[in-house]
Amino acid sequence: MKTNDIILQTTTKVVLFIIILFSIFIFFRGHYTPGGGFVGGLLTSGAIVLLLLAFDMKTVAEILPINYIYMTATGLLFAGGTAAGALFFNVPFLTHAFGDVYLPILGETSLHTATIFDLGVFLVVVGVTMTIIQTIGGDE
Amino acid sequence: MINFLILPILIPFLTGILLIFFAKNVSLSRWIAGISSFITIIVSALLVQKVRVDGIQTLDVSSWQAPFGITLVSDMLSALLVLTTSIILFTCVIFSFKTISKEQERFYYYSAMNFLAVGVIGAFTTGDIFNLFVFFEVLLMSSYVLLVHGGSKIQLRESLKYILVNVISSALFVITVAYLYSVVGTLNMAHISVRLSEIGESGIVTVIAVLFLIVFGLKGAIFPLYFWMPGSYYAPPAPILALFGALLTKVGVYSIMRTYTLFFLDDKDYTHQLLGILAIITIIVGVIGAIAYSNIKKIVIYNIIVAVGVILFGVAIMTPESLTGSVSYLIHDMIIKAALFLLIGIVIAITGTSDLRKISGLIKRYPGLGWTFFIAALALAGIPPLSGFIGKLLIVQEGFKEEHYWGAGIVLMSSLLVLFSIMKIFIKGFWGTPQAYKEEEAVPVRKLLVAPVILVIISVLYGAGSEFVLPYISQAAETLSNPSIYIEAVLKE
Repeated sequence: MKTNDIILQTTTKVVLFIIILFSIFIFFRGHYTPGGGFVGGLLTSGAIVLLLLAFDMKTVAEILPINYIYMTATGLLFAGGTAAGALFFNVPFLTHAFGDVYLPILGETSLHTATIFDLGVFLVVVGVTMTIIQTIGGDE
Repeated sequence: MINFLILPILIPFLTGILLIFFAKNVSLSRWIAGISSFITIIVSALLVQKVRVDGIQTLDVSSWQAPFGITLVSDMLSALLVLTTSIILFTCVIFSFKTISKEQERFYYYSAMNFLAVGVIGAFTTGDIFNLFVFFEVLLMSSYVLLVHGGSKIQLRESLKYILVNVISSALFVITVAYLYSVVGTLNMAHISVRLSEIGESGIVTVIAVLFLIVFGLKGAIFPLYFWMPGSYYAPPAPILALFGALLTKVGVYSIMRTYTLFFLDDKDYTHQLLGILAIITIIVGVIGAIAYSNIKKIVIYNIIVAVGVILFGVAIMTPESLTGSVSYLIHDMIIKAALFLLIGIVIAITGTSDLRKISGLIKRYPGLGWTFFIAALALAGIPPLSGFIGKLLIVQEGFKEEHYWGAGIVLMSSLLVLFSIMKIFIKGFWGTPQAYKEEEAVPVRKLLVAPVILVIISVLYGAGSEFVLPYISQAAETLSNPSIYIEAVLKE
């Protein structure tokens, strides 16, 4: 018997975007309030897991054609690259740069290279979680 | 360049990441892994020279000053160990080209190897006790991957035990660091040392010292805590075994050396005596294992345990000369153990068995292999012109001088039995009537011999050129026996 999960799928379509928005919100507020790359990444992968629950793995792979292992490696490159960038300026490894920058729409914004490092953490967390879930969930 | 001492960590790290992208292209990833590990050797050699000329190198990561940020410290001991590690990484990588199947190499084999090197080199370089824990985890995680890589039955079973033991010991490590932090309120090793000397002799500090001995003893396989090692190291293939045998236990030994020369100096009667007694029993247990087995892998594995005991006995005596001996023996042992594991890897590849009773007459067909093994065996036992001699000589000499007659006597006796155990392999396996083995034609012995021959040559030069090497090693021991040099370099007082 084919089960009918239209309610689950419709709700997922709505909730998914709220979760992803929330995870991005959590990611960007990490410097001043609780949050950051790790929780943000876990929330995003939570959203993808919800997608996996509502649909099957093949559909999700079509919607998000991402190689999560490469995603992990890219995240490591981001984090390692930010840290190693200090080498070019002859300051100690992992020294970050920051400052207030005027951006056209956002106005006065404080930018910090720690965000790029955090983006690396975010990508690694999503990549690793999804790799684990996909390898355990796949039947090959 | 102020960041120079991080390069030996950074190069394998970036290589490991890069190899994830190119893992499916086996020949490309071989090139990348080989070249980058060679560059690491050059960089670490330059680092050793820099430390020799300019003294201890420190780097306050992310520009936070010493006790508040993470500090990386390269004194002579850690620089020498980093150099040795990178040499062993290079030889194990080139040995893997012909021994690990393409199917396995495709599954991130070289990445895992590089991350293992990141962990080991990082653990040798860090100046922060919690950072040491993190690097321990980096190397342990990679070692879990490498141990189970290939997924044969025995590997699955042994990796389960290995992971269980290491998870428990890591938890104990965290607990011990928590105790230490609650007593001294800092994590920077130099600062801990200052704070502990302000506290002076105190019961809780001694308890923490013993807890550290248990933690690092579990990693480094000393007497009552070595039980996991013979089984776990029996499982993986030769190049991985060589990496494990040469590096992993030595990180534990290095950590004991570091903590027992930098932190716990106020209650030596108790802590260092305990260390000495455990070291002696470790030697005895290792020797018993080494002569009991007629399995070539097991014999060399038990020889690791003997060496750990010898090195720690030198640390327990705590005179400048005995520490010089320990450092010298530590480096010798890393090189020679890697060489021996690679050599018996070739023997196992030729004969298809590790049972000594089924092997004989190898030297007729493979004289190069036979004589390389012979030299490596003599070096292991510490025959004078070769590399194991100076270290053991200094340890035994200081043992007698400080009136540890039993200990020094046992170290001397152990050399004889180590020689016996390793010569047993040579006499039974290489002499005798030659016999044919099933798959020996497929083994490219000459190409495989390159890696162990490099190591044996280094070991011979290390022994023959002790005149040249000894200043470096005594500089390393000087920092160990006089912790104020280390503290001043880090805290810049």
